Amino acid sequence: MTALLTRNETLVAVVIVLFCIVATISDPNFFTVTTLSDLLRASIVLGILAIGAMLVLISGGIDVSFTAIAVSAMYITTTTALALWPEMPWYFIFSLSILIGAGLGAINGVFIAGFGLPTLIVTLGTLSVFRGFLLTFVGSERISALPPDMRNFSRMMIARGTTEGGDFYALPWALAALAFVIVLTAILLHKTMLGRSIFAIGGSVESARRIGINVRRTQFFVYVYVGALAGLAGILHGSMGRMADPFSLVGLELSVIAAVVLGGARLIGGYGTITGTLLGVALIVLVQNSLIVIGIPSTWQSVTIGALILLGTGLPAYQAKRAAARAG
Amino acid sequence: MTEPHTGALVEMTGVTKRYSGVTALDEVDFTVAAGEAVCLAGENGSGKSTLIKILSGVEQATAGEIRIGGQAMTHLNPRTATAAGVMVIFQDFSLFPNLSVAENIAFASELSEHKRFFNRGHARSVARAVLDRIGVDIPLGARLETLPVAHKQLVAICRALACAARLIIMDEPTTALTGREVSRLLDIIRLLKTQGVAVIFVSHKLAEVLEVSEKVVVLRNGKKVAEGPAETFDTASLTKHMTGREVHDAAPGPFAGSAETLLEVKDLDKPGSFSDVSFALRRGEVLGITGLLGSGRTSLAKALFGLVAPDSGSITIDGTSVPLGDPIAAAEARIGYVPEDRLTEGLFLTQSILRNVAVGRLKDHERGGFLDHRSLVAEASDWLQRLKVKTPSITAPVQSLSGGNQQRVALARWMARAPQVLILNGPSVGVDVGSKADIHDIIRDLGARGLGVIVISDDLPELLATCHRILVMKGGRMVEEIAAGTVTEDDLSHKLAS
Repeated sequence: MTALLTRNETLVAVVIVLFCIVATISDPNFFTVTTLSDLLRASIVLGILAIGAMLVLISGGIDVSFTAIAVSAMYITTTTALALWPEMPWYFIFSLSILIGAGLGAINGVFIAGFGLPTLIVTLGTLSVFRGFLLTFVGSERISALPPDMRNFSRMMIARGTTEGGDFYALPWALAALAFVIVLTAILLHKTMLGRSIFAIGGSVESARRIGINVRRTQFFVYVYVGALAGLAGILHGSMGRMADPFSLVGLELSVIAAVVLGGARLIGGYGTITGTLLGVALIVLVQNSLIVIGIPSTWQSVTIGALILLGTGLPAYQAKRAAARAG
Repeated sequence: MTEPHTGALVEMTGVTKRYSGVTALDEVDFTVAAGEAVCLAGENGSGKSTLIKILSGVEQATAGEIRIGGQAMTHLNPRTATAAGVMVIFQDFSLFPNLSVAENIAFASELSEHKRFFNRGHARSVARAVLDRIGVDIPLGARLETLPVAHKQLVAICRALACAARLIIMDEPTTALTGREVSRLLDIIRLLKTQGVAVIFVSHKLAEVLEVSEKVVVLRNGKKVAEGPAETFDTASLTKHMTGREVHDAAPGPFAGSAETLLEVKDLDKPGSFSDVSFALRRGEVLGITGLLGSGRTSLAKALFGLVAPDSGSITIDGTSVPLGDPIAAAEARIGYVPEDRLTEGLFLTQSILRNVAVGRLKDHERGGFLDHRSLVAEASDWLQRLKVKTPSITAPVQSLSGGNQQRVALARWMARAPQVLILNGPSVGVDVGSKADIHDIIRDLGARGLGVIVISDDLPELLATCHRILVMKGGRMVEEIAAGTVTEDDLSHKLAS
């Protein structure tokens, strides 16, 4: 029972529920299907990025370059499609962006798994390089005349309509992409030896090596996978926003990592759950979109997120420290 | 592979290993039979680690032949060694703190079967089967990090068994265990032997594993210097073979001096750790404090240096009272404390030896706001020399030193501060026999120089070799005071346990 109470997941879930209660009290219109579908849509890109970031944290590394990968993959895909084949169907566009993302992730992988360099330093470097390369050599203009099928994809809905109460709602197919990523990553992490090896490396690299886990190959895979997820998130972002903006996304990486850490992943590696990560994302999206509803001006957004991180990660850490002090 | 084989399980003949001109192993013959336990003894640098590395395939021998189960192993590497059933349990166990017990046990065997998919149920049944085999019950779903050290070690043994181990090599298996845990480990080893599993102990603390071993092999400077049935060895003869000299640990008699009281502890009390602790320490006296794990000896040691705040009582030095629970005040009152766990509490392992010694002395080498580096270095080097720290360079990181030399660096740091009272908690934990005797010499010498020394230890021979007086703690209380020379080791261990 205490184990459940001290988990980050529980804490974050409680905060989310409290937030919703306060929001509903101050604005009865908050708790509607419309708000829910808005929030879900806003969680898609952040959610996919967060799952990638979580995988890296579990493996004992940290990646700050994934937003640059996402925006590069999206923008390069868009310009390529416009130049070569404007009528390119959406699934080709998506595949291309995922491939570019995986390729850029492989560059991280080469430095980290191949040369054994520290993950933060490598990804700080590639964050700058990827973004600089994009703006200098590919382009720095916002493109709103997207390939038609990219726009069409964002209009494809799983369900849309109006409730009897008159609330409008829409669930885009992009949501299915998030669901797909969740299922795929869950299977990877819990049902394959590769996934278990990622946990093992995060727990102890030396031990992993000693029992015969191929540490380099596992690490390389992690960065390629994260790159591919970033490519997917990037193209979804462009498609749903109906604009290819080379200045977007970069800067979000710390919010994403914050969401993952809020959800219980530890920076030292070896720990992290998909449920926790999604709850962390939900909380951050809620704060970003609905802070105004509970009467806090949106200028306080980043302060609130910061406070939540301090509380959400500090409290369990403090409890663990006290427990250790009592035991020792 | 399957043909019956009646010879030795492992047969190493004429194994030699040279590293760029240095001979680490010189024509060593080494055999282990199935179901046999062998003690491999030797000091640091004797070649025992090299032998183990060659046998487990981590390093290749320069010359010599290795046969496992009668089969010549020409290119032994970690994978083939594991496949042949040779498993090493390292001192740190090499487990995964974040994974469950079941997964820790089953991971390596699943990996060796080249599985792609992971089946939690299968991992649990593998783990359950091995735990049953050694008659141990550890919750399969528990996260490894929540287990006590002894259980972690059992998990490591189970992991080796899950990989069909025929030979388990254990590196320093008893260092982190309490007396009861050691005897439980030995029971399990006996059980494994009846199942035909061979065991090699690599250890400094050999006395503990001697009783379950059939054979002892001693290495020194890369050569095998002794081999024989375990019952023909005892601690003294082992030490002699390992060091190549008679290590005389001359016990001091009762304290003869009439020096004045230096440190006085009165009614020190901390509920849950210790209560009503009072004793006095005279100048030049070496006082031992002992007790089983959980007797309060470590909390008391920390309390004397202010690392643990007692609820009541007093500590005075030369009649001046020292504030409780304040390590800085304790250091200013010239109390020094060398902790038990050098690695996490005492030394900055990645920093240079020089810096480790100098760190407590920066203030005293300040000249007009700047650091007088030259005098700092001179002082530090002087102490390193006096304590005979063996190192090619004082700018090398402390982690490059052996355990004994690390302990000397920790001592040098305190000696440079000219303490009046020095508290040594487990001064020779993880130190090999030769260095241990040297450290004991140093401790006796500190007393002779007029310091008050408190040695806190559960290593009874160590206490008998260094202390004028020994206080026994039990359940947080001082229960007995023993003068040197009045008890034997057996008496003392009896007093501890009763």
